[in-house]
Amino acid sequence: MAAATTVAAPPTGPSGPDATGRRLLRRLNPGVGGWQVAAATAATVAVALALSALLISVTGGSPTASAKAMYQGSMASPAAWTTSLLYVAPLLLVAVGACVSARSGFFNIGQEGQVLIGALFGAWAGLRLALPGPLLVVSVLAAAAVGAGAWAGLSALMYRFRGVNVVVSTMLMTFLAQQLVSFAVNTPWLLQESRLGRGTLSPQSNPLPEGARISSLGEYPNLQINGGLVLAIVVAVVFSLALARTRWGFRLTMTGLSPAAARHAGVRVGALGGMALAISGGLAGLAGALLLASPVGTNRLQPGMSLNIGWDGLLVALVARNNPLLAIPVAVLFGVLRAGGSFLAATGVPPFLVDVVKALLVLAFVAPPVVIGMLRKRRRAGEPATTTPATDPAVSKQDAMEGSLA
Amino acid sequence: MSAADNIATILSSGARLTVPLAFAACGEYVAQRAGTLNISVEAMMLGAAFGSIAVASATGSATIGLAAGALVGVAVAFVHGNLSHRVQINTFVVGLVLNALVLGLTSYLITVSTFTGHQVWQVSVPVLRDIPIVGPMLFVQRWPVYLLLAVIPLTWWLVQRSRWGLELRAVGENPQAADVSGIHVNRRRRQALLWCGLLAGLGGAYLAVGEVGSFNQNMTAGRGYLVIAAVIFGAWRLGRTLVGCVVFGLADAMRLALPALGVTMNSQLLIAAPYLLALLAMLVFATAHREPRALAQPFQRGTT
Repeated sequence: MAAATTVAAPPTGPSGPDATGRRLLRRLNPGVGGWQVAAATAATVAVALALSALLISVTGGSPTASAKAMYQGSMASPAAWTTSLLYVAPLLLVAVGACVSARSGFFNIGQEGQVLIGALFGAWAGLRLALPGPLLVVSVLAAAAVGAGAWAGLSALMYRFRGVNVVVSTMLMTFLAQQLVSFAVNTPWLLQESRLGRGTLSPQSNPLPEGARISSLGEYPNLQINGGLVLAIVVAVVFSLALARTRWGFRLTMTGLSPAAARHAGVRVGALGGMALAISGGLAGLAGALLLASPVGTNRLQPGMSLNIGWDGLLVALVARNNPLLAIPVAVLFGVLRAGGSFLAATGVPPFLVDVVKALLVLAFVAPPVVIGMLRKRRRAGEPATTTPATDPAVSKQDAMEGSLA
Repeated sequence: MSAADNIATILSSGARLTVPLAFAACGEYVAQRAGTLNISVEAMMLGAAFGSIAVASATGSATIGLAAGALVGVAVAFVHGNLSHRVQINTFVVGLVLNALVLGLTSYLITVSTFTGHQVWQVSVPVLRDIPIVGPMLFVQRWPVYLLLAVIPLTWWLVQRSRWGLELRAVGENPQAADVSGIHVNRRRRQALLWCGLLAGLGGAYLAVGEVGSFNQNMTAGRGYLVIAAVIFGAWRLGRTLVGCVVFGLADAMRLALPALGVTMNSQLLIAAPYLLALLAMLVFATAHREPRALAQPFQRGTT
């Protein structure tokens, strides 16, 4: 805890503690960038893709044909890109929220439920509020963000007042959210569709009125950019700047790396973490509003409408190593995989293949930095590293550089 | 049907729904006592369910299938243990990825292959099975159910009475102290996960070759999360965890049986009940600090 005492010095001015803190951050979280991680990642990604290809061949398919089909469905034409980008926007929003909560150390894994709660509140606003024009779209988005933010905030309150583990409560509340939405669309006086004629009622809401939907911003022969994508990218940039450049972002990161050090430095850890949780829930809720109001689905509230976007968005954040800007390309990759997967189904290969590829890719991206970081730490501690040759000039050079920084 | 018959039906279907949960809960209980909040229990159960049917179909023996299912559970646990307690990747990340991987893999494989159904044999105790109400529940079951009756005391003995279990609980409560006293923290946690994988695998395999006789896509449908809820509901005690499993199993049985009996009840509430109860249990008992103090905290030497 030597590091904590450095920070415990009374805050003298804006530059003093911040500069100390930045040094502290570097020591707590030594950078594991560099070409080694890149090379290792390239190797593991190759292994992941090779394993996927092997799986297809073993089960009697053709890897090249599957790859071609996925390319056609996701990137080959402007129309295919339109489909891919429709998935990118909600994935990115969930991922940015996950970055914020993971950085604060208040790890939220309930995004799947928060997406649904966002859609629930968004549907309520879109169907029940009679507002003119753009006000209606804004109220759908605002209701979704506030509703889901409050839902995630409940976990923060349970932690604050009863010490309930945040991971456990956000996970359990996902299943409550699913049943809550199911209840809402199965109950006529809540949000179930109104009866037209003599047909049976389905468990879904009425379609959102035209005025509450999010439209595309212009058409570039066939390529449609939905307003949601613009919103998601703006959110990603704003949070990236806020995390990297503001005092709030600095305190958040410090809390995540060492809550004890942050508390010594005068950070109100509980309030900060609670806010991070509410933000991450709110952004997942916004993603739910996009799923509801953009042309990705049927524009109705349905129990299965979250499409696992919550779980996938969490994986996007993990691959992007909790960096909102890095989450943009990763979200594009995941969106492309999704669009390609649904096209793959049309060629006779089960779309579940994409889930396998996705999970293997996540492991391929997540493992190398952790492994390399661990090996370096072990070497620095003087223990013999077991898996890499000890006479690697590049490693020792990198280590020496880091040593001088710290 | 008489009221007694209805009750007997619900009880016996509740017992059958409880068994896979109870198997996996015994395992999850051990993993959590060692400090791993293991969410890949879903992957262990689902993978085991698929593996058991695949092997049973290939060998023609449901019992070999059951054993193979348990091995699949151990394999998932091995991967999880090494990734999160050797390489030190965040345990939730590993769990989420494994859940996604196994769900995708089994869904893919079941659509590209066909298996013949197999079921382990049923034990039916004469005379005793005719006891009203509880007779069918206790004395007409497939044989792994009676294996469960051996697994429960064995798990309790392992955790509460063996040296291994004492060290395991130390690792879950205070890994730094355990480390100083010479216990290999991460090795104990990996071992606890393997035990969890074995039992969760048995639970998942029982679901496939015991209960249903075949495999369908996403067959466990979140039962792994139910198991986690049961351990939390049970406040990290084996007995109460099993009570949780019985309550959740009965809630599920009621949800399935009530419409046929002409009783209308909110099915969403019954599905949500286990999670709600777990959450309420945590809220009510939170001040008692019953959870293992190092639950979900990774351990690395030289860091506090």
